[in-house]
Amino acid sequence: MSPAILLLLAVGLGLAGWIAARSRAWAFRRDKDVGRLAALPVYHGWYVALWVIVPLAAFISLWLVASPYLVEQSVLMSPAASDLPAAGFQRDTLLREALAVASGTSPGVFNEAAKPLIEPFREALSRYNLIGILSTLIIGFLCGTWAFLRLKPDFTARTRVEKTVMAALLLASLVAILTTLGIVASLVFETFRFFGMVSPIDFLFGTQWGPDPMGNPQNPDPTRFGAVPLFWGTIFIGAIIAMIVAIPLGLMSAIYLTQYAAPRVRSWLKPALEILAGVPTVVYGYFAALTVAPFIRDLAAMIGISGASSESALAAGLVMGVMIIPFVSSMADDSIAAVPQAMRDGSLAMGATESETIKRVLIPAALPGIVAGIMLAISRAIGETMIVVMAASTAANLSANPLDRMTTVTVQIVKMLTGEGSFDHPATLSAFALGFVLFLVTLGLNFIALRVVKRFREAYD
Amino acid sequence: MVTKIHPNLEATNAKMNAQGVSVYYGDKKAIDDVSIEVPSKYVTSFIGPSGCGKSTFLRVLNRMNDTIPTARVEGDITLDGEDIYGSNMDVVQLRARVGMVFQKPNPFPKSIYDNIAYGPKIHGFAEGKEELDEVVERSLVRAGLWNEVKDRLTDSGTALSGGQQQRLCIARAIAVDPEVILMDEPCSALDPIATAKIEELIADLNDNYAIVIVTHSMQQAARVSQRTAFFHLGHIVEYGRTSDIFTNPLEQQTQDYITGRYG
Repeated sequence: MSPAILLLLAVGLGLAGWIAARSRAWAFRRDKDVGRLAALPVYHGWYVALWVIVPLAAFISLWLVASPYLVEQSVLMSPAASDLPAAGFQRDTLLREALAVASGTSPGVFNEAAKPLIEPFREALSRYNLIGILSTLIIGFLCGTWAFLRLKPDFTARTRVEKTVMAALLLASLVAILTTLGIVASLVFETFRFFGMVSPIDFLFGTQWGPDPMGNPQNPDPTRFGAVPLFWGTIFIGAIIAMIVAIPLGLMSAIYLTQYAAPRVRSWLKPALEILAGVPTVVYGYFAALTVAPFIRDLAAMIGISGASSESALAAGLVMGVMIIPFVSSMADDSIAAVPQAMRDGSLAMGATESETIKRVLIPAALPGIVAGIMLAISRAIGETMIVVMAASTAANLSANPLDRMTTVTVQIVKMLTGEGSFDHPATLSAFALGFVLFLVTLGLNFIALRVVKRFREAYD
Repeated sequence: MVTKIHPNLEATNAKMNAQGVSVYYGDKKAIDDVSIEVPSKYVTSFIGPSGCGKSTFLRVLNRMNDTIPTARVEGDITLDGEDIYGSNMDVVQLRARVGMVFQKPNPFPKSIYDNIAYGPKIHGFAEGKEELDEVVERSLVRAGLWNEVKDRLTDSGTALSGGQQQRLCIARAIAVDPEVILMDEPCSALDPIATAKIEELIADLNDNYAIVIVTHSMQQAARVSQRTAFFHLGHIVEYGRTSDIFTNPLEQQTQDYITGRYG
């Protein structure tokens, strides 16, 4: 209740400041002696409004943290609190119950001992509410007045407002960066805990994967933490099978769309292709598990390969390849379309055929963009989970046979984290190490992709 | 309207011959009943105000307009007596025989060597590396670029200066040994010094090719060409020896344009 009121107050004060400052600026303008204003009246308005709202926002967030503590302190000082038990779990429960009744979220107390505390709480709450509202009003008024008094015809309100907006934009981008840093920090921390229990060498080079979440956490069996089969499965499914499907199909569709398709065909084919990227991966998973995998098994049996399982790396890889066609094709499409028409004309005017022009001029010129698209597609593919869970099983298997069951890093992360092991068990912690490796690999791929794209930009300048 | 042809125009050996050519973009008529000869070993310049159809007509001569889906050509155009829009004519062969240089230099983002070698490679002109090296060197020498680039043939063609790029494009065009070279305002993106070099080059190439140049510069047309056609609103108003057109135009329109009264 009270934060909403305070925020409304802040916005209301800001609005009042905006209106007052704007009309003051208009008044400057009407004054014949003054001449030109240094900024539009609306910027004067925003200047005062920001001076009201920004300090108030800071005060309110501070107040929301501080006021519950202040309320509790004042209740503890009251005589009713004298016979409370010493600090601890019981006292906290009593205080919480009394607070719930006092603020109206609970109809009555469960514990009789909390009853005498209700009244002090109620008093303290209303007192601090009042203090909060009054402080908001005073701070808003003081800041607003100070800003208002600075308004002059030659006051450069616009540059100041723009600086504030720029700071807000900077803050917004910092949020994303800081979140990434936080994610990395948490991964690194847990990864080091895991490497304290299982040596990194066993983890990175061992060839047997099968952590036992029920095993003795004090003495994990290092031979069961070899992640090589997972890395292999990830590369085999995501970077080999899927790419064998996605790169040729994506490139060919991009070439068709940019070079041969009539504008009418292109106008519905391109969005249709991009819809592929919007299909949830679970749906692809169904398709892989229910249609593609049995088909591959039957086909293998038909041509005489025995022992093909109904879950195979091939099924998962094929469907994943189809899923990432749009990534490859739309990046390739964009970069081929970005090759200047003059290049095409130059080649055609030499007597090159359409296909020679595509092969020898357009694709080489667009290659950096195409490569960047492929890199993004690979990092998308190796981060993919659902299709593999449903079509390629969760059994780690170091094998070059695409008809075998196989699993990937992401699938094992899910399996370890949702398993029955406790959170500090090495089997669970191995998920973080896997995640860390995956993060490093995709980071590397994205980094390469960005570098390549950067070089691409310099090509025609 | 009938094209005025200067009476003292001597007969020449026509490399290309256009008769009654009209070009449409969709329903819009861009070229209206144009007839002209392109003589070999002559430089023919097309002059006229912007939008008069001179570039369109130039692109018709090697069928570059084929790349525009709505463009449609009527009339006869022959190269050595062969109809270039006829069913026997392979557009790839045509463009090898009728080369083109564009307004803005457009070297491929490849090495200087590969830019020149591109045409000979796709047309199978050169057998083996040595022969290709020869073609590249010969073309660069003829384009007057050899001395400037012989030590850095592996550098990107896009790293050259604008004037060098344009000469590279001319070298690229002559590498496939064309019979006609079409130039669409080849100097409009260049500074005066680079322009002078290109004009010199055109004069040198004159002995071996039929050259057609579209230009906005009256002085350039007067300097480099022996034949001039004045285009206006999609047709040729006047055609004749360059000296005649510039000193003794038959039409008031031509007079106005070359004296800078409009256009």
